Amino acid sequence: MSNRAPKKTRKELSVDQKISRRNFISFTVFGALGLSAYGGWRWLYNSPMEPNGGITGDTRVPLRRALNKTELAFRRVFSNNHLVKTYPKEMAAKYVRHNTDIGSKSKLDAAAWRLQVRKISGEIMAISIDEIKALPKFDIVYDFKCVEGWDQIQHWGGLRFVDFVKHFGLEAESRLEYVGMETPDKEYYVGLDMPSAMHPQTVLAYEMNGMPLPVKHGAPLRLIIPVKYGIKNLKRIGSITFSNHRPHDYWAEQGYDYYSGL
Amino acid sequence: MRWCHWVNFPILTIMIWSGMLIYWANDEYSITIFGHKFVQFFPDWYYKLLHIPQRLAEGMAFHFLFMWFFTLNGIFYILYTIISGEWRELVPQKRSFKEAWLVLLHDLHIRKMAPPQNKYNAAQRIAYTAIIVMGMGSVITGLAIYKPVQFYYLTWICGGYHFARIIHFALTLGYVFFFVIHVVQVILAGWNNFRSVISGFEVVNEEPKTVLKDE
Repeated sequence: MSNRAPKKTRKELSVDQKISRRNFISFTVFGALGLSAYGGWRWLYNSPMEPNGGITGDTRVPLRRALNKTELAFRRVFSNNHLVKTYPKEMAAKYVRHNTDIGSKSKLDAAAWRLQVRKISGEIMAISIDEIKALPKFDIVYDFKCVEGWDQIQHWGGLRFVDFVKHFGLEAESRLEYVGMETPDKEYYVGLDMPSAMHPQTVLAYEMNGMPLPVKHGAPLRLIIPVKYGIKNLKRIGSITFSNHRPHDYWAEQGYDYYSGL
Repeated sequence: MRWCHWVNFPILTIMIWSGMLIYWANDEYSITIFGHKFVQFFPDWYYKLLHIPQRLAEGMAFHFLFMWFFTLNGIFYILYTIISGEWRELVPQKRSFKEAWLVLLHDLHIRKMAPPQNKYNAAQRIAYTAIIVMGMGSVITGLAIYKPVQFYYLTWICGGYHFARIIHFALTLGYVFFFVIHVVQVILAGWNNFRSVISGFEVVNEEPKTVLKDE
């Protein structure tokens, strides 16, 4: 008996000790992981900004890398067979939302306007709006989406970009990786990956709600690209270029995803 | 399971925060019944307090990075509960819905006896399963508004882009509601319970665990 009793108490003690040791270890690990998670967060939150003057800017380097990697992942599901949902014309908004005038503030000289297209050869084509209007028109009524979060069903009409490329003999250019578009005053500019530009619903629009495009909505010719957020839908296109390097992009320089695909 | 819980906590916090940075850019949601606006999301003082305005691009960048972690952690959790068989403790049973009512009455000190339970009571089963379903809802509605053209079928399932966005927002409100109740319950459950949620981290089938459980 006297032999057993101390043994028993020792055993119970050791269980208690085990519990408190286990708790101590657990809480230490928990605390350490918590602290390192917090440290990781501080690192990310305070990581350096992208250097000035690049194609993309105004966001933190690791976040930009993540945006680009995410684009690569989601690009795998991109397909010309994935079409934006279209609606009957009656559902289109009568008062089309207008967000910004950047790049189209100056007075438009409609008669002098020509779409300038720079070919690989260096030749610059100057295309009039009548040449574009003479080609088959494509109407689309779809839900326009803005990065800000609003969306609106809108009706646009114009020449599909893929038809534009075919008609003006830009096949070689369309095998490059990117398209760049700029307003005549070069204040607003967008870069587009070629698959999105060649998507069957990408339109060079000259009509809104069946009427000629109003100046504030981008007359005489604007881009409607339903596979991108509104920020890519350049108004008053002045020039189009093709390249294997990413063209500069107004909002990508201000921290937004370069691709902004939908 | 506890790992997932504690990993989820900061991720969800970041997702909600960056979601608010995005939402600010077009803060049009409110609860309006018969023309009377009860709640507007969100008032100006709230934005100012949390330094939310003018950070849309930053919010999107964070949101589209941490969405990966949120989703992966969720998938891992679900796989783990299925493979380990712990789902049996978590998924509501036929009687859970009736019992959950009794649990609620008990917790509100209206009823003296709570129904017998295993690891989790009926109300917990419902709540902890619902939060996982909500998490899946957030991922699905999130994808539906992130790539509405590529995942057009998800957007369609969610009732269109506009509606999917409202669900996505409402689910977030649901998390906040869950969080408040959850924290109150944890405080009421006491230190021992909380300790087990942390020390459960390290226990690898050692005997002391049973002692902890008995407490």
